Amino acid sequence: MSQGDVLLYAVLPYAALAVFVVGHWWRYRRDQYGWGARSTQLLESRVLKYASTIFHFGVLAAIGGHVLGILIPRSWTAAVGVSDDAYHVIAVIGGLAAGGAVCVGFVLLVYRRLRFPRVRVTTTRADVITMGLLALGIVTGMLATIANFGDAVHYRESVAPYFRQLFVLDPQPELMTGGEVTFVFQLHVISAWLLFAWWPFSRLVHAWSIPVDYLRRSPIPYRSRYGRPRRRPEPATRIQAR
Amino acid sequence: MRVRAQMGMVMNLDKCIGCHTCSVTCKNVWTNRRGTEYIWFNNVETKPGRGYPRDYEDQERWQGGWKLNRRGKLQLRAGGRLRKLASIFWNPDLPTIDDYYEPWTYDYDHLISAPASDVQPAARPKSLVTGGDLDLQWGPNWDDDLAGSPRNAANDPNRRELEDKVKLEFEQAFMMYLPRICEHCVNPSCVASCPSGAMYKREEDGIVLVDQEACRSWRFCVSGCPYKKVYFNWNTGKAEKCNFCYPRVEAGLPTVCSETCVGRLRHLGIVLIDTDRVEAAASVPEEHDLLDAQLDLMLDPDDPEVREAARRDGIADDWIEAARRSPIYAMCKRWRIALPLHPEYRTLPMVWYVPPLSPVESMIEEGTEHADPDHLFAAVDEMRIPIEYLASFLAAGDPEPVRRSLTRMAAMRRFMRAADVDGRVDTAIATDVGMEPTEMEKMFRMVAIGDYDDRYVLPKRHGEVSPEAFAEQGSCGIDFSGKAETVVPLAAHATGEAGYEEGAVDPDFDLRDHLVRHRPNGDGRG
Repeated sequence: MSQGDVLLYAVLPYAALAVFVVGHWWRYRRDQYGWGARSTQLLESRVLKYASTIFHFGVLAAIGGHVLGILIPRSWTAAVGVSDDAYHVIAVIGGLAAGGAVCVGFVLLVYRRLRFPRVRVTTTRADVITMGLLALGIVTGMLATIANFGDAVHYRESVAPYFRQLFVLDPQPELMTGGEVTFVFQLHVISAWLLFAWWPFSRLVHAWSIPVDYLRRSPIPYRSRYGRPRRRPEPATRIQAR
Repeated sequence: MRVRAQMGMVMNLDKCIGCHTCSVTCKNVWTNRRGTEYIWFNNVETKPGRGYPRDYEDQERWQGGWKLNRRGKLQLRAGGRLRKLASIFWNPDLPTIDDYYEPWTYDYDHLISAPASDVQPAARPKSLVTGGDLDLQWGPNWDDDLAGSPRNAANDPNRRELEDKVKLEFEQAFMMYLPRICEHCVNPSCVASCPSGAMYKREEDGIVLVDQEACRSWRFCVSGCPYKKVYFNWNTGKAEKCNFCYPRVEAGLPTVCSETCVGRLRHLGIVLIDTDRVEAAASVPEEHDLLDAQLDLMLDPDDPEVREAARRDGIADDWIEAARRSPIYAMCKRWRIALPLHPEYRTLPMVWYVPPLSPVESMIEEGTEHADPDHLFAAVDEMRIPIEYLASFLAAGDPEPVRRSLTRMAAMRRFMRAADVDGRVDTAIATDVGMEPTEMEKMFRMVAIGDYDDRYVLPKRHGEVSPEAFAEQGSCGIDFSGKAETVVPLAAHATGEAGYEEGAVDPDFDLRDHLVRHRPNGDGRG
């Protein structure tokens, strides 16, 4: 195991997760005004109808698939009577469907952003980076799924435990470099860490603002001009020596 | 009974000349930033016409406001909360910028810099969004003064069921102006549509605001408002709306649109509202009963019980006194000459309108020698602007409230004319339309004379109750990104002139005391 492997599969993940956590904390405190989905539906609605819907539902499905594949060990599915072959068929079909939707949606979204000047002018540098990292993740993810039709990479015995070991603070980078894990899988994992590290600084933060509170709050909220503690901390402490 | 104060506005359309001064001053104050070029918190539209954004009154299409469901319960017309969350990736009811207009400027520089040529150089329209060339097809007030009426006024959503009444032939054409701001509704559907809870009503005065820091760009408020008075800043991705000039109103000053109104047609004041009955009032089954239901919410500030309840609910005495003198209460409820815009949206709007009378002025004042109430009622029914048309947007289609308002306004003219020209106090003119002569004279003072202090009765905010009052000084109420920094006092652990310590924080530090003692040119006594 080379130093490079340790760097990529042990140092990078923890660094990315640290940036992810601290970055979100920092941005949430400092930049409530910039925190949101930054919708462009006002400027273009017809293509967005299909692009955004397909992309987002595809992403939700893909996230669900990754959570299942990584967090549920092979022994558990075997215990409830799902054979390796059956699991693989389900994973490939589900993966292709979700990944296909993400691909179609993403291509449409990028096309829309390039095609319509109004949408193009709202594109920030951060958006370009976000799109680049997403593209890397999506392409490598799709390639990994397609290249692994024959179930040659037993990722549930290598990539999945690698993540689980990371999460329990016992990193085993050798799981990612041990022979059968192909370059595409490695690249896919690395792109994921890069995306996580970038996440807090991009518009992706809107994912944490899914308004579930809407389902139970009162329809017409009232707020007092004075005398109530604010819901969020002050942007920057006003009375402080400097 | 739970009493709250609610800001309101009444616009006397009889006086509106469509000069757009309100729109321009409002724009200069609030929406002259990138991303807000197309946004007019205040706009004036010609009626009949398509409005801004185009055809916003067509709720079959935009699904704004509230409706009663099959069980008679109030719900958002665009669907419930789960449905909203399911369509959060793409809002099916959102207008695009083309429904407002793509803002532009002209390439003026080309007029000067163009090389010598056989033809005059032209200043081409350039989009303020993309900077590119624009083929102008629609713009702000494109259908002003019935411009292009076969295409535009003919599509007025209010006209659809009245085609035989609303003639667009030249000899029978009519028009009027309708200035619009946010309605600051008692039952706002935009607020109820906001998934992130960024929109709220203020407890103190009922003003509806968007918390810019809590808005997450879900854009359901824009489609949820049937008046389309919540806008989407495409540059910041946040919702913005008329804020009733709250920094001015808090200081007892009228809103900018009111202050600058050339016709002096706007009236501002508060009413006391019984918030316990809001949902019931918005849920009355018959649309024609919504007006009375909303009037019923407005409590009589002269009633000792109401005053006691208001005091109990924390409303200051000067606010109760202001409610007593309120032009809004007088025009809406006491005299019943003002009417809400589209009450059938069930949002209980708080910007009301006195319907216009002017086009028939001469007709009404004919034969005033012998006051004939039948003549008055008949004349109002034959006005150039059909009562049914006014009723289609001011009274959910019920002509009666419009008729009452117009006959009272016409009777007021006649009553004062008799007194002024003939020196004859004809009390019958007032009583025939159901008013006391003294009330009629008060109404004349308010509507025709309209002194500044009568038009605007705005109690000041009670800033002294704010725990942050001192820290707030110098802030401008709204902080936009990158602009107008709030004042951060250069406070410190000051134990003397040289006692500033880097990074020191004193738990006993008293900012007020510090600022008073250390203010420039201060005498140190506070």
